[in-house]
Amino acid sequence: MHKPYSVIYLLALMILPSVAAAEGDDITWNTVLKSQFFAGKNIEESNAVIELDAPYRAEDPAIVPVKVSSKFSQSKDKYIKKIWLFVDKNPFPFVGEFEFFPESGKADLALRVRVNTYSDIRAVAETNDGKLSMTKKFVKASGGCSAPIGADLDEAMKRLGKVKFRLDDGIQSGQPALTQLMISHPNLTGMQMDQMTRFIRKSHFIDQLKVTFNGKPVLNAKIDIAISADPNFRFYFVPDKAGELKAEFTDVSCESPTSRNVCSKGGSYSQSYTVSP
Amino acid sequence: MNFVLLLAGLLISYSTMALPPLSFSQVVPGIYLHTSAHHWPDRDNHGEIANIGFIVGEQCVAVIDSGGSPQQGLALRNTIRQVTAKPVCYVINTHVHPDHIYGNIAFKEPGVQFVGHHKLARAMATRGDHYLGRAAELLDIQVNQDNIIPPDIQVSDSMTLNLGNRELVLTAHPSAHTDNDLSVYDKATDTIWLADLLFLEHIPVIDGSIKGWLAEMGRLEKNHYKLVVPGHGHLVKDWPASMQPQKAYLTDLAAEVRAMIKQGKTLEQAVNTVGLPAKKNWQLFEQFHRKNVTIAFAELEWED
Repeated sequence: MHKPYSVIYLLALMILPSVAAAEGDDITWNTVLKSQFFAGKNIEESNAVIELDAPYRAEDPAIVPVKVSSKFSQSKDKYIKKIWLFVDKNPFPFVGEFEFFPESGKADLALRVRVNTYSDIRAVAETNDGKLSMTKKFVKASGGCSAPIGADLDEAMKRLGKVKFRLDDGIQSGQPALTQLMISHPNLTGMQMDQMTRFIRKSHFIDQLKVTFNGKPVLNAKIDIAISADPNFRFYFVPDKAGELKAEFTDVSCESPTSRNVCSKGGSYSQSYTVSP
Repeated sequence: MNFVLLLAGLLISYSTMALPPLSFSQVVPGIYLHTSAHHWPDRDNHGEIANIGFIVGEQCVAVIDSGGSPQQGLALRNTIRQVTAKPVCYVINTHVHPDHIYGNIAFKEPGVQFVGHHKLARAMATRGDHYLGRAAELLDIQVNQDNIIPPDIQVSDSMTLNLGNRELVLTAHPSAHTDNDLSVYDKATDTIWLADLLFLEHIPVIDGSIKGWLAEMGRLEKNHYKLVVPGHGHLVKDWPASMQPQKAYLTDLAAEVRAMIKQGKTLEQAVNTVGLPAKKNWQLFEQFHRKNVTIAFAELEWED
């Protein structure tokens, strides 16, 4: 009778760690993030408001495409006010806080993030009635020679502040139109060793982003180093008539990769794009 | 060709762990090469997956890439001691990737100078913590900041090292495989050590610039070399013929990604569709191809 037991025990020992590694855990969320960002609030875990898309295997941990899809269109009566994104196991888990408006049309958001290791990615949405709902996806950041940094920092630095909008052809007046906003910026994480601080010691990243159409807000974001180099966002706005789509953003430089206590303001940038539906 | 097989690890090492034997062949007088089979770096192979070696001059020895683990670095050092009594004077790191630098610490002693591209130290600084943080989990090796050794000699453009009647011409390349690729040309034997600027059998891995890499291949292709040492794959004696599969893969990849960007397609769409028929041509395709598409897309979308 001994043998089967020990075999089962051995099997359990072999299987348990792999099970643990195959799924995310809520430790960082429960011990840090929830109280830091949503103290005292009730959050329902649900896919009824937003859904989250992310690849199970992050091929390049520096550029992981993530997409939040809302389950309903934005209207004056019912809309998503805010979406927060976190990568639990990153050194600085906060990815961003994105504010949407009834005028946004649809509170969808696609972006590229850095994922340092095996981690849950977590999206929390707040609707205009104040209710919070959360959804998450487990992502395995590939190892190997990859690093969640960016391949060619000098190229991104050379283009620093360059902005591109990309819109589909044939956008229709009054209908939500998908737009892509591309910003060239190395979004330096500042993750490096002390012995080599003669190099880029500080983080240097875009911290505030505001998109408007004809002066009306479309998207407001507070973002951080988990956003990939050359930040890239896809979102909706409603072109009710011809006008100007405008992105304004600022960057910041912080002494520590994981604390935001000591930061100095960087530059302010702005770029407009003429839309004629 | 003078073909000598050496086994390292037979000498007593500083480590209490037994060293696995490391096979080396003398591919041309004075150039010793360990050619690795193609593997994803994991806990079984400890990241010892790259070609590594050394060149012996009349005065001293230059190591070219020190190995994927501290243990492999020790095995390499022991092999050198079996081959020659001459001291190691240079450890040349061809780029920042762990499979090429984690053996460095085996050579850290007075008289040894570490050599790299002028952007290597920065790449070590920005990536080092991340590599170190995952090494125990992914590679089952113990490494810390001491294992990341920035270069004492930084090559900005080109530089010649003399090993004693044997000159090595080092070239710092523009961003290609990485943004810190360094090649080593041995004048005496017309051999160029391209390291990861050249992949054979193992899918090429982009971690720098696809445009830069293609441009650099165009330049290198025009040169004549008797022997070319790739970072992954067998010794090349028919340059530039052996480079053509890599060139074709990267050329096609760039063309397809550009077409998708022009059509307004997204990164996610490109990753799911671009270049998949090339799978039959390459080992480790599943592990690297989609990363290549990702990195190429993120670069090429800024072209215009």
